Amino acid sequence: MSSKIYLNFHYTTMNTQQPMEDRLWNYIDGGCSPAEKSAIETLIATNREWQEKYRELLNIHQLLNASELEAPSMRFTKNVMEEISRYQIAPATRSYINKNVIRGIGAFFLTMILGLLAFVFSQIKWSSGSQSSKSIKLPSVNDIGLGQLNKIDYSKTFNSTWVIGFMLILVVMSWMLLDMYLQQKKRGTTNP
Amino acid sequence: MHTELTDTEIIKRILQGDQAIFATLVQRYQQYVFTLVLRFTDSREDAEEVSQDVFVKAYRSLADFRGDAKFSTWLYTVVRTSCITFLRKKRLDTTSIDNERTALQLENRESGFNANTIEQKSRHAMVNQAIRLLSPDDSQLITLFYKGEQSLEEIGKIMRLEPNTVKVKLHRARNRLREKLEKHFSHELKDLS
Repeated sequence: MSSKIYLNFHYTTMNTQQPMEDRLWNYIDGGCSPAEKSAIETLIATNREWQEKYRELLNIHQLLNASELEAPSMRFTKNVMEEISRYQIAPATRSYINKNVIRGIGAFFLTMILGLLAFVFSQIKWSSGSQSSKSIKLPSVNDIGLGQLNKIDYSKTFNSTWVIGFMLILVVMSWMLLDMYLQQKKRGTTNP
Repeated sequence: MHTELTDTEIIKRILQGDQAIFATLVQRYQQYVFTLVLRFTDSREDAEEVSQDVFVKAYRSLADFRGDAKFSTWLYTVVRTSCITFLRKKRLDTTSIDNERTALQLENRESGFNANTIEQKSRHAMVNQAIRLLSPDDSQLITLFYKGEQSLEEIGKIMRLEPNTVKVKLHRARNRLREKLEKHFSHELKDLS
């Protein structure tokens, strides 16, 4: 109950602090709530300052409503029509931006990142379960092989099952992308 | 004959190959586009050139109009980009429309302005002259709201602003317009009230 009274009081205080002109413009535009509308109507009827300001702003509003648009030259339409006769309507942007291609590229990079992460994690020598969290051994540069780049045993790496699987995914995705590209090219030649 | 057709129906027919019907759209929106462009440029000649360019660009990219917003809203985005391109070509710094250079341009416009030089001392001429004394952002906002029949939400979408921000900006723009009117047209305003 008390919070409601406080809120009402706060709302009233805020309203009186709000500039008179803003409240009047809001009233003229018909954008205020019924409560605010009746409050402003009372103020206009009883307060001379509000009454004068309201008339002043209403006058501007009516002037703007009655104003006319500027007109170009008489030949304007003819000029535009002559100009557009040399052009053709461009195809819609959505027709040549294929979302599937974008999704495919996104999936390709996502697979790359996931594969790389899987590779890094597979190289970590996790300590045994009996050790506490404090003793978890983080991989050193040598552990993940970056320190001995020229000593990497590639045959060992590429023989592992997951790398072969990863490579297969990449190959399949490349085929899919190539297929999509060729299909689009085919559609382009059949529909000029 | 084509005036009864809606914008979407006209666009559909243009996309089906009826190029001539584009003239209906041009006639329908030429004043709206020209007025908006005139808020950016200084001369009517430039405004006419840019407006023509707007319609050519709109025609060429008509296939991109999805119909989820009003055609006038979509057209305004073409107006804005065309005007910015035009100003860039004129080697104006357009990083912000309300920048110092534009302010200087407005100052020049204002200093060279004399209420007595208005050929037609009508309400229409007075309001348009006063609007031209505002910054491009203010004048565009007023034109879009009063003449473009765009709601605060639609203007917000175009200008990438929150509707409440648009509302505040519109209030400020109208207050600045009132100041310009009071400064340059105080006599005419007294006659009107």
